[in-house]
Parts: sequence; structure tokens; C-alpha cells
Amino acid sequence: MEYILLIISAIFVNNVVLAQFLGICPFLGVSNKVSTALGMGGAVVFVIVLATMVTYLIHTYVLIPLGITFMQTITFILVIAALVQMVEIILKKISQPLYQSLGIFLPLITTNCAVLGVAILVIKKDYNLLEGVIYGGSTAIGFALALVIMAGIREQMELADVPSGMKGVPISLVTAGILALAFMGFAGLV
Amino acid sequence: MSQIQNFTKGFLKENPILVLVLGTCPTLATTSSALNGMGMGLATTFVLIGSNVAISLLKNVIPDKVRIPGFIVVIATFVTIVDQVMQAYVPSLYETLGIFIPLIVVNCIVLGRAEAFASKNTVWSSFLDGAGMGLGFTCALGVLGTIREILGSGSVMGFKFIEGDGILAFILAPGAFIALGYLIAVVNKINKA
Repeated sequence: MEYILLIISAIFVNNVVLAQFLGICPFLGVSNKVSTALGMGGAVVFVIVLATMVTYLIHTYVLIPLGITFMQTITFILVIAALVQMVEIILKKISQPLYQSLGIFLPLITTNCAVLGVAILVIKKDYNLLEGVIYGGSTAIGFALALVIMAGIREQMELADVPSGMKGVPISLVTAGILALAFMGFAGLV
Repeated sequence: MSQIQNFTKGFLKENPILVLVLGTCPTLATTSSALNGMGMGLATTFVLIGSNVAISLLKNVIPDKVRIPGFIVVIATFVTIVDQVMQAYVPSLYETLGIFIPLIVVNCIVLGRAEAFASKNTVWSSFLDGAGMGLGFTCALGVLGTIREILGSGSVMGFKFIEGDGILAFILAPGAFIALGYLIAVVNKINKA
């Protein structure tokens, strides 16, 4: 039950993009088409779950015993960058089709603040490894969900006549705002 | 480009948030009031100046192939300094900004300026570029914070001028998106004219 609550709250109530403002750049950048949004969402789920696991283990078994927790930021970002690079190399070797669909998004993920953000939040909230991975996974699913919904709306918006000053980023932001309003309706769930 | 332009371009013409639309995450998250927004802006400015100067000094030392990881280490060092200093001297602001202080590392503005400007220019121009971009970022955060504070809680810089509550949505997430959207639309219009 506790885990189900954790999952629902991470996906809907505290949606990573619409309530916590993490990962806005890819949210605005790759939400033009539903198919690319799905690819990016998949890649992010994959990387966040892996990154939470690895950073958690490093934090517990390296940083704390050595008493250098202030090195958290610098260690985590390097670990995530290395991890993303490694995933890219491995994926290229073992699964060409998966690499074709996720590959182009992988380099972008290093600078996706949702990845580093979730890694830090897991430590801050004192989760254990299992809770951390569940939290990371469902946060990433929440990210993918927001991305796909946004892409669906933007595909329709292509047909609309938007005033010249509002074209592009401004109208996307306003749309995201209305989407965030809708997501606030989930607030009573947990 | 003259040195003055290196400094001033960050304010309107190449404003990192309002024109380049970089670093939107901290922008939306920390502007629930003008003071929070400006605190975040100044922290980022410090990192931006520090990393720009350090990277332009090191530009001939860092091998080209590993320059991105190299830049990230330099940036992360300055972020750690800011993190520690803020935790010690302004604990309340540190609590409010929370996770967004360590996240300055992945702020696209900082890495973007390192790659696009500091790695190709002299120390002094890089310093001016960092200061200009940082202060432009701070101003944009201040403006957005002020708008949201007026609409959301009816106060300016913490001083209330309206009885009762404002439009709560502007303090929360939806208002952040909507306010930034309209602000960018206005700047688009000004820059085109």
C-alpha cells in the first residue's frame, strides 16, 4: 500500500514537470510529436532508474564512510554523465533497434535536471534502495506522461491560428500552465 | 563586439531566459516571490562568473576531446562552493531554494556560456559575459517573481498592499508557466519592433 501511494504521488500529484519544475527543457524541446515524446520518455525512465540505483549505492558506500558528502553534487553529475555514455555504448552493441529509437535522446539526458534532481531528492528524503528505485521509476513515468500529453496537444495546435508574438515557446508555456492546473486536480488523491 | 556589448547583451537582446529560453527549471521553480527569484539569480551569477573566468584561463590546458566533462567539473566546483556558503550564511533562503542550488550544475546557461563564449575568448571578456548573462538572468527572475508575487499574494518584496489573499494559482505551478509564457511573448514583441 505504501508503495502504491508513493507511485501515485510521484506520477500524478507531484508530477516532476508540472509540479516540481524539473526537466522543463526537454519538455519544451522534444514535445512536437507523440512518437519522439515516447522515445524520449522511454530513455528517461531507463536512465533515471539506473542513475538512482548507482548514485544511491555510491552515496551510501563511498561518500558517507569517507565523510565527504559535500562532494555529492560533483560526484553525482560525473556518475550520471559516465552512466549515460556507457548506456549509449552498450545499447549500440546489443540492441540496434533500441539504439535507433533511444540513441539520439541519450546525450541530451545528461543535462536533464530531472535525473540529477531525482538522485538528490532520493538522498534528501532518506529513502532506502527499493523506495528510491520505485520513486525514481514512477517520477520518470510521470515525466513521460506529461511529455506525451503535451506532444498530443501540440500536434493539434499546429492547426490553430496563434497570434504572432505568442508563437513557439510562449504558447507552449501557457498550455503547460493549463495542463498544470488540470494536474492540480489530483492533489486530493494522496 | 565591444566590451560594453559583451556585458549588456545579456539583459535584453540575448537574455538567457526571455530570448534564448535556457534554464527554465530554476526560473519557474524559484520565482514564487521576487526575493527568492533574485537570490537564485545571484547564486547563478556567481557560478557563471566563476566558471567563465576559470574556463577561459584553462582553455588551452583542457584537451578538446574531454572539454565537456572538464567544464562540468569546473562548474560543479563553483556550485559546491555556493551551496556550502549559502547553507552557512543564509540558511532560510537555502531552505526555500532547496534542491535548485545543486541543480545549477545542469543549468544550460552555465554550460552554454562556457562552451559558446568562455572557451574562445579572453578572461576579461568572459568575465563581462558571465556578469552580464548572470545579471540578465537575475533581472528576468526578479521581474517574473514580482509579477507572480503581486498577482498571487498581493505584495511587493514581502510588503502587502492588498487585503486578503491573491490569486493562489500564481504562487503555485500553473501561474509560473502562464506568467513566463506571457512575459516571453511581450519580450518577443519588443525585440521584433
